[in-house]
Amino acid sequence: MSRRLKGLAPTGAVVVGLVLLVAIIGPFLAPYAADAIDVSRQLEPPSGDHWLGTDENGADVLTQLILGTRVAVIVGVSTVSVCLFVGVLLGSISGFVGGWVDEVIMRVTEILMAFPGILLAILVIFVTQEPSLLAVIGALSLTGWSGYARLVRGQVLLEREKDYVEAARALGFGPARIITKHVLPNVFGPVIVQATFGVAGAILAEASLSFLGLGPQGQPSWGALLDQGASYFLLTPHLAIFPGVAIMITVLGINFLGDGLRDALDPRSQET
Amino acid sequence: MATFLIRRLLASLLVVAGVVTLVFLAVRLVPGDPVASILGEQALEIDKDSLRECLGLDAPLTTQYLDLWGNVLNGTLGELCDERGVTVADKLIHAIPSTMELALASLIIALLIAFPLGVASALRPYSWIDNSSAVLALMGISMPNFWLGPMLLILFSITLQALPNPGSGVTGLSALILPAFTLGTALSGKLMRMIRSSLLDVLGQDYIRTAHAKGLPRWKVVWKHALRNAMIPVVTVLGLQFGALLSGAIIVEKVFARPGVGTLLLDAIEARNYVIVQGCVLFVALMYVTVNLLTDLAYGAVDPRIRYDQ
Repeated sequence: MSRRLKGLAPTGAVVVGLVLLVAIIGPFLAPYAADAIDVSRQLEPPSGDHWLGTDENGADVLTQLILGTRVAVIVGVSTVSVCLFVGVLLGSISGFVGGWVDEVIMRVTEILMAFPGILLAILVIFVTQEPSLLAVIGALSLTGWSGYARLVRGQVLLEREKDYVEAARALGFGPARIITKHVLPNVFGPVIVQATFGVAGAILAEASLSFLGLGPQGQPSWGALLDQGASYFLLTPHLAIFPGVAIMITVLGINFLGDGLRDALDPRSQET
Repeated sequence: MATFLIRRLLASLLVVAGVVTLVFLAVRLVPGDPVASILGEQALEIDKDSLRECLGLDAPLTTQYLDLWGNVLNGTLGELCDERGVTVADKLIHAIPSTMELALASLIIALLIAFPLGVASALRPYSWIDNSSAVLALMGISMPNFWLGPMLLILFSITLQALPNPGSGVTGLSALILPAFTLGTALSGKLMRMIRSSLLDVLGQDYIRTAHAKGLPRWKVVWKHALRNAMIPVVTVLGLQFGALLSGAIIVEKVFARPGVGTLLLDAIEARNYVIVQGCVLFVALMYVTVNLLTDLAYGAVDPRIRYDQ
């Protein structure tokens, strides 16, 4: 993407900043309370009272969207944090230690990668029966860490052979210190880039799960709103349009930012 | 080539074993009684017992695990408890053609969009067409398919009335266009980027300069020399993306109320039918492993560097 879309990275940063702000101060911004419903005004189109209309229960769509931002951000950031922690830990062990440990960890990642997209998350949430925020984050993290582990392993393998690692070994440092203090800081560029795209992916995955009725229950969520919207789109298209726009702008913003970060932090993987 | 083949085959078998084990563990090791969740807490003990027996849950875990393997190896993926004598495979056989039709049509649409734009972008890097394709690709990747679907329906089925809407009962090609476009958009974005960067990479190589130098017309250099090599990594990406198509189909089938593996899975989730859910997940994962194996083997066959590297 590099030179082609240079101007878009700052736009992405602004969008991401706004989304984070809405997630943090959402309840103060929302025009109505989270549980405020007016059964006499279900599925209304946008109006002065309800800028983005109302949903099937008569709740304000704008309020639901604003509060849903928090869920999206929590799922996106927590999922990627868990994946990063597990992925970086196992990936660096795999790359640095090698041998059968590497073999085992890599085979496990291959098995997890055999479940495309949200398939394993669907299965896990189905069996846990009551999907909570935690269950959704756990289910998405279950497969998500494998990509980071493979990336970190690859980077560590490259770094391991370099002179500075040799020097650190000669100074008598242990493997834990060499990995955390010397190797990891040098491999973080591509990992951060991947993590940025990962947040976008996790937000989309949460929305998909919610759309399928497998998202966190009892929480306003973009995907769940869209699920409603899809059932009533003949009657009230607004209910399907706005949550989708919120998801798209957020994900697009994160992707723009990710492309910008890639240029800054990971010049090697730039498109030719 | 033989060593490469055996190596990849063994690696895939290992993955298959892992997939079956993981699905088994996921379904068995969660808290709560599946039987109570299917029949409800108030159900008669005798009904609960017979369902437990049918699901095999009364047997020791090792027996259950071996039973699952038996069902995978004999291809039935398990017998249903509510419809005796019917297996998950019987259900899947009816669902697969519709999902495959959708996946194939999406693939064609994705290629029809990605190929010309990707090639044009690579031939004129940093031009307006390259920049707009890049934005288009990012939008395609960022747009949730469960949003794009309803939007296309609003536009084409309701406002313009050009294509049938899902409730109308119309089947055939006209009913396939919108779902396939919805599912193909994200893939076309990823493919477009891949085709561009792969072709740009190849166009910078020495043998392309040689082809130019010996006086070949530009179209011949691109078409006969560059594209053939540039397409090799693209085919691998296609294989990897096949899984995304399958899981995306679950959502698109719901949006467009189409029958298929996704609908079978979602209906089974609704009805808490463990056997079908487990079978569908296994089917999709095993399918994905197979497609990746085939892509890898094809890759190894067309590009000798791959198999010698291993």
